[in-house]
This record gives sequence, structure tokens and C-alpha cells, in this order.
Amino acid sequence: MRASPMLITGVALVALWGAIAAFAPLLATHDPYAIDFKAIMQGPGADNWFGTDNVGRDIYSRVIYGARLALYIGLLGVIAPMAIGLTIGLLAGYFGGWADTVAMRVVDITVPFPFFVLVLAIVAVLGPGIGNYFIALALVGWVGYARLARSEAIVLRQSEFVLAARTMGFAHGYILLRHVLPNSLSPIVVYMMTDVTLVILFGAALGFLGMGISPPAAEWGVMIAEGQTYISTAWWISFFPGLAMVLIGIGFALIGDGLARMLRIER
Amino acid sequence: MSTLKFILLRLLQAVPVLIGVSLVTFTLMAATPGDPIRLLVGDRASPETIAALRDRYGLDDPILTQYFTYLGNLVQGDLGASLRYKVPVSELIAQFYPVTLFLVVYTIILTLPPVIALSVWSAKRQNGPADQVIRVIGVLGLAVPVFWLALLFARFFGITLGWFPVSGFGETFSEHLLHLFLPALSTMIWVVPILVRNLRAALLDEMNRDYVLAGLSKGLGEKQVFRTHVFPNSVLPTLNLFAVIVAYLLGGSVIVETVYAVPGMGKLMVDSILARDYFVVQGATLVFALTTILVMLAVDLVSALIDPRISP
Repeated sequence: MRASPMLITGVALVALWGAIAAFAPLLATHDPYAIDFKAIMQGPGADNWFGTDNVGRDIYSRVIYGARLALYIGLLGVIAPMAIGLTIGLLAGYFGGWADTVAMRVVDITVPFPFFVLVLAIVAVLGPGIGNYFIALALVGWVGYARLARSEAIVLRQSEFVLAARTMGFAHGYILLRHVLPNSLSPIVVYMMTDVTLVILFGAALGFLGMGISPPAAEWGVMIAEGQTYISTAWWISFFPGLAMVLIGIGFALIGDGLARMLRIER
Repeated sequence: MSTLKFILLRLLQAVPVLIGVSLVTFTLMAATPGDPIRLLVGDRASPETIAALRDRYGLDDPILTQYFTYLGNLVQGDLGASLRYKVPVSELIAQFYPVTLFLVVYTIILTLPPVIALSVWSAKRQNGPADQVIRVIGVLGLAVPVFWLALLFARFFGITLGWFPVSGFGETFSEHLLHLFLPALSTMIWVVPILVRNLRAALLDEMNRDYVLAGLSKGLGEKQVFRTHVFPNSVLPTLNLFAVIVAYLLGGSVIVETVYAVPGMGKLMVDSILARDYFVVQGATLVFALTTILVMLAVDLVSALIDPRISP
């Protein structure tokens, strides 16, 4: 079990983004919200490394501050789906019976909906904003975790150490927490890494469509949308926030990919 | 089990899922704040009109009765009316749906050559350069935002090079192909890695079967064994992914259609959300899910016809 170069690259990338988010005020060269009509749509150069947007804000500084929002959305957005999915999946798989049947029928129903469409529809009902995005994720995103946790629990419930614990008279709750849960975590963690990427991506897509974080926030999706009108003349407005998204996404995707290979998890 | 019996059984199995899906779309509407009918008819409508419409959509009934009214209307093809266009939602869908269908089919067709080439190449030389390429594409496919990629394609291929139009759908078939090329190319990045990973795994599985050895010892060339035996047998497991892929592409259509101003279901849905046109949002969500269910059914039926061993 050795960490591959790809895994190390992924960890390094994510750590770098973490540092960028933490030290954003030190790294930024301008105020990310400062409008400067004397310097609108300047190309990348010595003053503004990534250029300026249509109201003269410094893109580099906005991209740096955007890392905070991206990590905030990505890391917070996966918590509720994971907690809900893990609980439902483990209980369904461990106990089986009608609870399992009900849980799996609910999972079946969510399968035909394109994930992003369902998230969009829920945000449409609840109204735009990042809080409602998190609610939508909690309502829809648990399914993937539940499926994984369930299949792990089904295998573990018949494993010798669980049977031994049962014979020794331990309660189900204790066995679930101390034996089944820790042993089912590795595929969950791998899935979580790709999920962080998706949650960041969909969050930015919402911002892009005008249903996520609202302007003038330095959010990458919002910034890409702001540059859309000027894509033929000032490509840098949209280009750099997107590039940042790719680099943060690659970081988490590499961790997921590397962990899956290291732990020999089929995906 | 006879094929006919299988088909009937499979159709029956779809019923609970359909009911579940209708429950989800019903709940979406029921959870919407405000009175959709008041939005529909505007502020100056008479109380009588409002009462009549509320009665038609059963909005004053208990929630369970409301659901059955909704279901009854659904079965008759009544999805409500658009607040913006003042026409039935079903009419709008009939107008916008073919465009998205065109885009989805087009994307799938464009996806096949690179998927087949990459998976065959990598299956024949395991752990070779092809596997590295696939790994990189897999990571990129996850990380690259489709809306950003679509914008860059529009800028580069559309504006700088001028090869493709960057918005709309065109009038004729060849114009459709040209207009939708960049949208299709942008969504491909999502599905190519998934398909390659699965087809490659299936190919590797089949290549280690006994019949391959039998074929080789009979004196068939390696190429022929691969072409006539290994490859056809590997397609079936990948076919099962089709419904997932279609769901991915429908989800992607929401984004690319918005970027390229393609008049399809995705753009209709986004515009309707922004305009608070709730009946259209509900109808579009339902149509997206129904499409996936239909594809799932079709895939199962085709698989059953190809491989008689498959039974529910």
C-alpha cells in the first residue's frame, strides 16, 4: 500500500488550494470587489496578472478569493448527503427486511432523474442561493452513498467478526458503530472525493445559471457567467476562473483515483 | 421464459418507478411557495376564473386527492399551462423536446468512435500508454466544467476559427448538425471516460475466456477472434450503461443548451426557472425522467432480444 505519484499530486494540489484560500488576503494584489472604471477589460499584464473584468475588478484577486467559496461549497456540501446516505445504507444493508426494501425503492425512483436536473428543480422551488443548494444536495445526493454503504453492510453482516460479536451478545447498535461502520468507510471516502469535485462543479454551474451564489460575489461560476458576454473580446474574464475550477477539481479527482487504486476499490 | 412474457413483466416493473417519479414531480409543485394559479392568470383575473382553475387542478382538495387529480391529468397529457407563453406545457414540450433528442443522439453517435478506439487500444495493451491516456481523460472529465468548456469552444472554434455557428439550432438537417456540433462536443467530455472504463473492463473480461483460446487453437487469427467474438460479447454489458449515459446527457443539455442558446428542453427549463414558470419546470423534470425510464426499458428489451439468457 504505497501512495502513487498521482495521489501525492492530488493531495499537494488540494493542500495548495487550501493554502490559497487561507492566505487569500496576503496573496491577492487588489481588493476583489474594488471597481475601477479607468481599467476595464485590461488584458493580463504586470498590474493585473489575469487582467480585469468589465467593471475593472482584478481577476487574479477574485480567483484567489473564489477558492474560499469553492472549498466552502465543496467540503460543506458533501457532509449532509454522506451522513444521510451512510446511515440509511448501513441500516438497510445490516438489517435487511422491509426497511431495506423501502430504502431501495426510493433509490430506484431517483435513478431516472438526471442529478443536475433534480438539483435545479429543487432549487427552483426553494429559491436561489447556496443554502438551498445544500438542501437540494441533501435530498438527492445521499443516494450514491446509501448504495455503497448498503453493499458494504450486506457483506460485513455475514463476516466472521460480526457473527462473533453477535454470539458474544453485543447489541446491534454497538456492532454497527464499532465494526460495520469503520470497515465500510474506504469506498465511501473514495466516492466522497469525486463527490466534492461534482458539488463544486454543480455549485458553480448554479452560479453560472444565476441560481447559486449571486453577483457580485467572487464565485467562479458567477465570474464565468460575467465574462460570457465578452468572450470574443476579453476571454480572460471567463478563462481564469474556469482554469481554477479545473485545477481544484483535478486535485480531488486525483485523490479519489489514487485512493481507489491504493485500496483496490472497484469503481 | 418467452420474450413476450419478459417484455410484459418488465413493463409492469416500470409502473412503481413511474408512480414514484410522478410523486416527486407532484411534491416539487406542492412545495412551491405561493399560488401558481394566481401567477398563471395574473392579478386582474376575476375570483370566478381563479376558482374555476383551482377546481380544474383540484388545488382546494386534500393533498392526496390533489395527487390523484395530478395523476389523472398526467395520463391525459395535461401538464398544466405555461405562465410565460400562455400555452399548454405539453405544446411547449412538443416543440422543444425534439431538439434535445437530436442533441442527445448526435452526442452519442459522436462519442462512439473515440470510445471504441480508446477501449480497444487499451485492452490490447494493458498498462500501456492508452491506460494512462484514459486515466487522464477520466480525471479531466470529472474536473472540467462543461459550461466553461462550451464557452471556450464557442470562442475558439466559433469566433476565432469561424468553423461553427455558436448559437441556435438552424433550419435544415445539415444546419442542425453544424449548430449542435460544439454543444455535442462539450458534453462528450462527461460520458467518454465512463464508457471507456466500462467497455475496457468488459473487453478484458471477455479476452480471458476459454472460447478465445478455442478460437486461436482452431487456427482463427487473433484479429478475427477479437472482431467476431470478443467485441460483440463486450458490447452488451456496456449497453446497460446507456440509460445512465442518457441521464448524464440530459443533465448536460441543461448547461450546454443555455451556453449555445439551443432551443431545447434544457434551455426551456432554465428559462422557466428564472421566470418562475413552475408548471413548465415540473413538466420538463418529468419528461427528463420519463426519457431515462424509456431508454432503460428499451435497453432491457434489446438486451433480452440479443441475449436470451437474460431474464428479469
